[in-house]
Amino acid sequence: MVPTSAQLGPVPGWAILWVVFLTAVGLFAWRVTFLIRLLRLGRSEKRWDRIPERIKQVLVHVLGQRRLLDEPLVGIPHVLIFYGFLVFLLATSSMLLQGLLPGIHVPSLEVNRYVAPVIDVFAALVLIALAVTSFRRFVLRPAGLQLTWDATLVNILIAALMVTYLGASSFRIVASPAESKVWLPFAWGLADWFARSETLRTNAQALSHVFWWAHVLIVLFFLAYLPYSKHLHLLASPFGAFFSRLDPPGRLPAPAPEGQRLGAERLEEFTWRELLSAFACAECGRCERACPSFQVGEPCSPRQLVHNLKVQLLQYGPALLKKARAATDGGEPALLGGLIAPAELWSCTTCLSCVEHCPVLNEHLSIMVDLRRRLVERGEVDARLQEAFSNLQRYGNSFGQSERKRAVWTQGLDFKPKDARKEPVEWLWFLGEYACYHPALQETTRSLARVLRVAEVDYGILYEAERNTGNDARRAGEEGLFELLREKNMAALEKAKFNNIFSTDPHVYNTFKNEYPELNHGRHPIRHHTELLADLLERGRLKVARKLSHRVTYHDPCYLGRYNGVYEAPRKVLKALGVDLREMPRSRRDSFCCGGGGGRVWMEEIGEAQSRPSESRVREAAALAGVEMLVVACPKDFVMFTDALKTTGLEGRIIVKDLTDLVAEAVIGEAAEVVQKRAA
Amino acid sequence: MNIAVLTKQVADLVEGIEIDASGRAVDRDSIRYILSESDDHALEEALLLKERSQAHVEVFSLETGEVRDGLCTALAKGADRVVMILAGQETPPSNHAAARMFASVLKGLPFDLILTGVRAIDDLDGSVGGLLAGYLGLPYVGLVRKVELVDGAATVEKEYPGGFAAELGVKLPAVLGIQAAEQPPRYVPVTRLRQVMKTAQVEEQEAEPASEEPVSVERMYKPEEGAGAAMLSGSAEEIARQIVNLLSERRVTR
Amino acid sequence: MSNDVWVVAEHARGQLSESTLETVGKGRELAHATGGKLVALLLTDDERNQINSLAAADLILLARRPEFREFTPEAYGGAIEAALKEAPPRLVLMGSTSVGLDLLSVLSARTGFACLDSCTRLDLRASQLLATCQIYGGKLFVEVALSSATTLVAVVPGSFAKPADQPSGRPEVRELTLPADLPVSRITFHRLIEPPSGDVDITKVPILVAVGRGIQNADNLPLAGELAEALGGAVCASRPVIDQGWLPLTRQVGKSGMTVKPKLYLALGISGAPEHLEGMKQSELIVAVNTDPKAPIFGAAHYGAVTDVVELIPMLTEEARKQGLKKAS
Ligand SMILES: Cc1cc2nc3c(=O)[nH]c(=O)nc-3n(C[C@H](O)[C@H](O)[C@H](O)COP(=O)(O)OP(=O)(O)OC[C@H]3O[C@@H](n4cnc5c(N)ncnc54)[C@H](O)[C@@H]3O)c2cc1C
Ligand code: SF4
Ligand code: SF4
Repeated sequence: MVPTSAQLGPVPGWAILWVVFLTAVGLFAWRVTFLIRLLRLGRSEKRWDRIPERIKQVLVHVLGQRRLLDEPLVGIPHVLIFYGFLVFLLATSSMLLQGLLPGIHVPSLEVNRYVAPVIDVFAALVLIALAVTSFRRFVLRPAGLQLTWDATLVNILIAALMVTYLGASSFRIVASPAESKVWLPFAWGLADWFARSETLRTNAQALSHVFWWAHVLIVLFFLAYLPYSKHLHLLASPFGAFFSRLDPPGRLPAPAPEGQRLGAERLEEFTWRELLSAFACAECGRCERACPSFQVGEPCSPRQLVHNLKVQLLQYGPALLKKARAATDGGEPALLGGLIAPAELWSCTTCLSCVEHCPVLNEHLSIMVDLRRRLVERGEVDARLQEAFSNLQRYGNSFGQSERKRAVWTQGLDFKPKDARKEPVEWLWFLGEYACYHPALQETTRSLARVLRVAEVDYGILYEAERNTGNDARRAGEEGLFELLREKNMAALEKAKFNNIFSTDPHVYNTFKNEYPELNHGRHPIRHHTELLADLLERGRLKVARKLSHRVTYHDPCYLGRYNGVYEAPRKVLKALGVDLREMPRSRRDSFCCGGGGGRVWMEEIGEAQSRPSESRVREAAALAGVEMLVVACPKDFVMFTDALKTTGLEGRIIVKDLTDLVAEAVIGEAAEVVQKRAA
Repeated sequence: MNIAVLTKQVADLVEGIEIDASGRAVDRDSIRYILSESDDHALEEALLLKERSQAHVEVFSLETGEVRDGLCTALAKGADRVVMILAGQETPPSNHAAARMFASVLKGLPFDLILTGVRAIDDLDGSVGGLLAGYLGLPYVGLVRKVELVDGAATVEKEYPGGFAAELGVKLPAVLGIQAAEQPPRYVPVTRLRQVMKTAQVEEQEAEPASEEPVSVERMYKPEEGAGAAMLSGSAEEIARQIVNLLSERRVTR
Repeated sequence: MSNDVWVVAEHARGQLSESTLETVGKGRELAHATGGKLVALLLTDDERNQINSLAAADLILLARRPEFREFTPEAYGGAIEAALKEAPPRLVLMGSTSVGLDLLSVLSARTGFACLDSCTRLDLRASQLLATCQIYGGKLFVEVALSSATTLVAVVPGSFAKPADQPSGRPEVRELTLPADLPVSRITFHRLIEPPSGDVDITKVPILVAVGRGIQNADNLPLAGELAEALGGAVCASRPVIDQGWLPLTRQVGKSGMTVKPKLYLALGISGAPEHLEGMKQSELIVAVNTDPKAPIFGAAHYGAVTDVVELIPMLTEEARKQGLKKAS
């Protein structure tokens, strides 16, 4: 018998259920429509294309819960609760249908031979999982996780759902054991135990109904409450995954189309998917825990950024919907300088770690950069950054040096690299400004030139026609400058004759690969020099003359690793050289940024930094037993880490070396300095 | 309140400069031009005044170097009108000639304040601001770092060595030589600059020709460049003495 | 036309300025070599303290008025213009200073006399007067023949040595007749603004004692402080020193700190990383001390010495005190 067929006072149970059901669904629908309208305040952005790939995202990130499993203590319970949730979605729907339509036969999943045991087991697993998460939440209290009433309530509700379900099942078994022959380990266990009590046994049928009602009512309450609660992410995050960005992360979304102000600071200036981030966010804090700037105590928090966007959206969105705002700017206080301070934006190193770790595929970085764009548009950049921008604009490099000096590094060579503008070459070597201008790096640059000569690689350079590629200017919010630099570089590249192109600079690599469409639609896939070196070693074009025996560790540059997935090539090279490679705890996609990306290297220090990401990183490397060398594959890393060794006093403990120098040492058989001396 | 800002383009030292074959002048082909730094500050100060007192700002520049870029940047920063003054000659004029040309254009125009950089790196025969003031019979104050407008007069801060400054009252109209604006010159995002360049109205105006060459240059030369520091040697005590002697000889400690 | 050389005397807070004394020395030498007189032009409210310092002059043209207590370009310029027009000398020297720069160009335009700025040398060669001026921030020198009858020249302070011995002559003092319509109303002096107190603004201090990691530990920092005190300057540092918290962030020089252009930058135990050089390479005089003869700082310095700074600093302090460097200020 269906519990709702009984009379509850003067009215039949099913009628009451209908009233409650319609109310809950109404509340739910009302709220959801409202939330969608809020999202539609945002700028349009195409996210309906490439449906199969989007479905795949949902499969991997929603059903597969991939990123949650990065942290097992939270991840496994979350997976259990999530799957429990799905299972119960089915079970409870069947219960609801039966209750709403007592006259019609609806297949009852709770007694189905195949489904019921699954539900039963999940109910118990979910309870265990909740115990684990509660333990973490209330006893371990990890930093960054806020205790809110809302979260506690939702946890209690979920637990109550499981308990009431098990209660209803087990009392049903007690009431009519003969009817329930299905294997339900937990319900049966409970039933056996309840059956020992006379009172419970006689009232079993009624108790089963009470629990049934409790379960169904809680579900309906949950349904109505969910979109109002913090656990909105339960609803929004699958859509977050579906509508996530499919473009490579190294391709920053273009700013608002021409004619509109650059960047964003008001709700309508963000894209709707950016606004959706706010609803999809579970406030899990993974982004924050992965954020180098946050970790060293800078005012940067990707979680807070998304949270603030949500606060702004919920607070001022409704008024915007009602058009209650004055026709001009005014009503809504700007996000910038309001909830979000410029320092929070500038302290981001654009390392992509937050994006890479967010389980709901939020796009913190595009929000960050959109806000920065607006700061730049308003001219609010610190004096150093302004100088760097002006230098890039005028001289094509942030050092403020003459373009004519770009190739001075070649002066220390006893041969002259080919000029790709004048003669055709197989490989075009695009150096990047650090490798060209920074005095601490020029020797490394020459090292590579010598190694390439040994390997008889036919390469050339652009000499003074090379410009900064704009990767970091773009991420610092100077979109126009990026475009200007891209035009100049493209003009130079079009004049050069080459088949392939490689760079020593991951920042160049990234932007060439992802943001220079004309370059990539052609036949020039860019490679990083570590890829080229790995290849040369593999094919025997480079021979290791002297095996190296150092114990080293390797730092994955953000723009090579996380951004573009190049993790293996540098490791292959190191292996071929014979060194003993030890990984740092934070490596590959968990690599810890040097702190110099996204224009940070040009800016003033933010606050009285007590520690810097680079310092945290060299400490990590130095903590590895016996490791004597931190190997890098990005010129900025070299500069940042050499500096950090000085400020941390680790200079005697460990040295920083560019991978190229190690290759030179092993291949040419002599340390680069010696080669240089001999040449001199 | 009408403010005129006079700017000029000078050689960018980042690119280096060479002396021409005659040995008496800079090789102009070796030069890449850039807006004179203190003129940039003069413009900034004018824009700050515009923001504070709704002044109308017009920027004038002689036709040398990348003048069009410089004027467009001024527009993008917020100047109301920009004018390129046609000098009708190829070689950049001396400051005396430049001041005459500016005077011929500005004479009779209703400007309350004329701001210009106090000094440019290539100034040899005085500064344009002072010369112009002399020609127009206006008061001139240089090394100004702050300007406030109070009841048709300006209150300015003029810099002195050692961190001192004087506050002076200046009746308008007047010419001021700006040393530094109250805040560093503002940044113009490239997008805005390019938009302005596409649509900008750079007016052109002929100046009365002037070709005063008040200075007869005998020769030009570069200072000898040592490979680096001249090294002092000896015991620590001897070094200390040499350094201190050096300082007193050079009279840097004053 | 006379062969006289005039020097426009500058004074601040009652004292004749150092650069006036230097110029008087040089001017006298030139005037006497060409058979002219050295005339000092003194506009002041009270000449008593100032006249003694001008003993090297042959003649002092004095104008005493309360308005001349503080420099105002209009009144000073008007007075000098009148005097110049009456009896133009061969050469008028002034400082390429806040005072001189306000006079030079205006006077040139008003009188039609030629003018030159940034002069660092004056020579008499085969009875031809030659001035050498530096332009482009010292990257080029220009030698100019002073061929007009009268030329106004602004001299970079510190270009000429102050005569060691004061001639004990008693120059004739003649009152300057001021024009009746001396303009004094368009520019008025309001007040003197003292340098801001609080932490030193290292961008404004003419002498910087900069310490790097070569200073070794915080205990040695007071040594640098004493040296700065003895030289009349301030201490600043490279980033690692600031990072240790030994000095406040306001004292950091370099990429992420301040850009400074002092008259003297004494780099003690600083390696000279590009991030540091960027903030100080425009200093007028850079003296570097480092134990490493190959330290890049020597590439940017004018003078260098290889020695231990911890040992050297106290010696420098003592030597500076002995020579009474600071008292000159
Ligand atoms: C993004 C970025 C921004 C930066 N910004 C700045 C900045 O604003 N300012 C700045 O200064 N740096 C900055 N740096 C750091 C810069 O790269 C250098 O690390 C720093 O300038 C080195 O300081 P130092 O010369 O004091 O130390 P070191 O390089 O360690 O040099 C110490 C020197 O002292 C010498 N020495 C040691 N003992 C003695 C002794 N007893 N007597 C004499 N000499 C001795 C040594 O030979 C050595 O040359 C920045 C770096 C980065 C990456
Ligand atoms: S990109 Fe990196 S630095 Fe920026 S917010 Fe994300 S994790 Fe933090
Ligand atoms: S943005 Fe993503 S990673 Fe950050 S708190 Fe929200 S859900 Fe977690």
